[in-house]
Amino acid sequence: MSKKVDFVKFDKVDKSYDGKVLVVKDLNLDIEEGEFVTMLGPSGSGKTTCLMMLAGFETPTNGEIFLDNNPISNIPPHKRGIGMVFQNYALFPHMTVFENLAFPLKVRKMSQEDIEKKVDKALAMVSLGGFANRMPGQLSGGQQQRVAVARALVFDPAVVLMDEPLGALDKNLRESMQYEIKHIHESIGVTVVYVTHDQGEALTMSNRIAVFNDGKVQQLSSPDKLYEEPVNSFVAEFIGENNTFGGEVSEISNGTCKVKLEKGEIIANPISVKSVGEKTTVSIRPERALINPKDKMDNNQKGKIEEVIYHGDHTRVRLNLLGNSEFILKVPNSSQNLDIKLGNEINIGWNSHDARALDPK
Amino acid sequence: MSSDTGKILTTDGIPLEESLKQAEKKNKIKAFLLVAPLLLFLIITYMIPIGDMFSRSIDDKMVTNMLPKTYKAMEKWDGKELPPEEVFEAFYLDYKILVKNKTAGKLQTQLNYEKNGFKSVLKKLARKQKKFEEGNYKEQIMKVHKRWRNVEYWRAIKRRAPSYTYSKYLKGIDMYSNEDGKIVQVSEDRRIHRILWIRTVEVAFFVTLFCFLMAYPIAHLLATLPMKYSNLLMICVLLPFWTSLLVRTASWMILLQQQGIVNDFFVWTGLVADDNRPEMMYNKTGTYVAMTQILLPFMVLPLYSVMKTISPSLMRAGKSLGATPAVAFFKVYFPLTIPGIGAGCLLVFILAIGYYITPALVGGASGTLISNQIAYHMKSTLDWSFASAMGLMLLTGVLVIYWIYNKLVGVDNIKLG
Repeated sequence: MSKKVDFVKFDKVDKSYDGKVLVVKDLNLDIEEGEFVTMLGPSGSGKTTCLMMLAGFETPTNGEIFLDNNPISNIPPHKRGIGMVFQNYALFPHMTVFENLAFPLKVRKMSQEDIEKKVDKALAMVSLGGFANRMPGQLSGGQQQRVAVARALVFDPAVVLMDEPLGALDKNLRESMQYEIKHIHESIGVTVVYVTHDQGEALTMSNRIAVFNDGKVQQLSSPDKLYEEPVNSFVAEFIGENNTFGGEVSEISNGTCKVKLEKGEIIANPISVKSVGEKTTVSIRPERALINPKDKMDNNQKGKIEEVIYHGDHTRVRLNLLGNSEFILKVPNSSQNLDIKLGNEINIGWNSHDARALDPK
Repeated sequence: MSSDTGKILTTDGIPLEESLKQAEKKNKIKAFLLVAPLLLFLIITYMIPIGDMFSRSIDDKMVTNMLPKTYKAMEKWDGKELPPEEVFEAFYLDYKILVKNKTAGKLQTQLNYEKNGFKSVLKKLARKQKKFEEGNYKEQIMKVHKRWRNVEYWRAIKRRAPSYTYSKYLKGIDMYSNEDGKIVQVSEDRRIHRILWIRTVEVAFFVTLFCFLMAYPIAHLLATLPMKYSNLLMICVLLPFWTSLLVRTASWMILLQQQGIVNDFFVWTGLVADDNRPEMMYNKTGTYVAMTQILLPFMVLPLYSVMKTISPSLMRAGKSLGATPAVAFFKVYFPLTIPGIGAGCLLVFILAIGYYITPALVGGASGTLISNQIAYHMKSTLDWSFASAMGLMLLTGVLVIYWIYNKLVGVDNIKLG
């Protein structure tokens, strides 16, 4: 069976709550069957609204959402067959774990025997085999989270939506749950639409990430592409760390461009600049700039060290470079030969390919 | 370090328990002092009056104190035949003092309660006893009136010997202790209290039901509406709360009377004929309408405070799992509101069962409740002991309801906020 490319499809969806402001603008999004897509963005960017429209708790103001080629705007939530994991788990506090999981099966009028089988299987999947008779209040946050995941999956929905499900957990638990959810997704192959504002979570778990800002999808691509090749300065800024220079394009030729800054000039990769004289923001990832580069790099600058922060596996170095005093470098702690001391001047080099000239901020 | 005896000691060598007590002592005293004024207030305004009510309701010392010698002499009498000479003598001596002090009237009334026709017998004795000679009082007394030969009258006196009685409680449920000491019902045309008890429970039950049916949607709306509107609605709910009870009841009288606004409206719309205006006041209807409106906030507030804590995502979760809105409501939302329902219903029922002003004003004859009867005995008949007895019966009834509720739902499930 071939996978449908547009299993979930947002087609020109707009959403407004008050008739004045659009919280979602012209959203077009195709999600493949079995894919793990994350909607990532700052709060208020419209990502949760999109999820709620897909779940059926909000109606699109304009446009249509298709699930397996069927328009679903007029189908009430309980008939959509979409599982959902809520931010605060939304476990029914008056029911045991078993009853919580049996709830979607009972309303589907399954036989008691089938229900027991399915619930046992779902609980085993999230490794909560012995917890069937506990009340949700007796479980830890992580366990409640697993119950919520199991409940959203137990009735074999075509799509599972997760609305910042790990937001309330502590850091270590959150990380282990990320892997757990990822593994569950891989093993059962359900389509997952995941909403988060935590980029680390998005990068770890997703097949593709849709970065939301201001009601629009800024970029939809795989995690590595998103990090390495951001298409605009918002994405570059939002995902990972980023050094920026604001300037003006002074020359464009064969895939490179020269950007004139207030002090000095850098050679960059023209991504969204087309002509000379355009304003631009050049973005360079901290790990792409090297200290005392051995190979010849087409950008070579001197910078003064202003701050050194030890981070265990690496050291962060803040430099003043070309008038930007927030230029960050990440130096692996294995390279001890370098002369990193406060106030020292050091040579910094990077390839023009890694300096992406994007839209101005 | 623990010592040999197993007692844990603090670093200074004082036993840990003692040290803890010492350390907590100040806090305990402080806490007690903080609640002391309220405790004192409750004892003075609540415990003492209830205790007084109870002693008043069973108090029957009056006759006992008026005939001390008689009752002492009667101790040996078995009550089967006429009492011996000593009893007659003692009674004569007691009665003589009463007549002299001009308090014989009270005894006559009290004994007449016990046995009809006692009053005239005693009055005659009061007149004749002045000429009594010393000795052989039995003969002399029996000569005054032939009823003194009837053992029934002497038994009636003996029945009043104990200084405590439960006869007021029996009266409260239309029963009494007859001449043979058996507990029987009063004649059918005099059974008024039982009707009142049943009506009180019935009114309280239906008022609670109506309040619940009306308050549930309001509370739900209050809990789910955006702040802007819910505040306004909350004020609408509370506004009657801030108005005097009397004013509210009076406004219902204006609305509901036969020439009132509601009836005028019915006539105007043609629902009823002008000469056939329905009576909506001075009967149970009026009591129901006014009491439901007045007690509504007591149902709305606990429901609201419980509903406020129910996350809206629970209903959404229910729906996303495939439950229709109705199923999601009854399986998910409703069970979570039960603590609020319990609190609201208990509150309204207990308030309704002892309600006084509203039924007194709009209830009329068929809409008055037991509390009105209690007030009647307090103010008009001045039978305070009977009023106390009925008040205590009401209190006991409420406690029983509370106990049943605790058994069924569990008091710890009540949530007022």
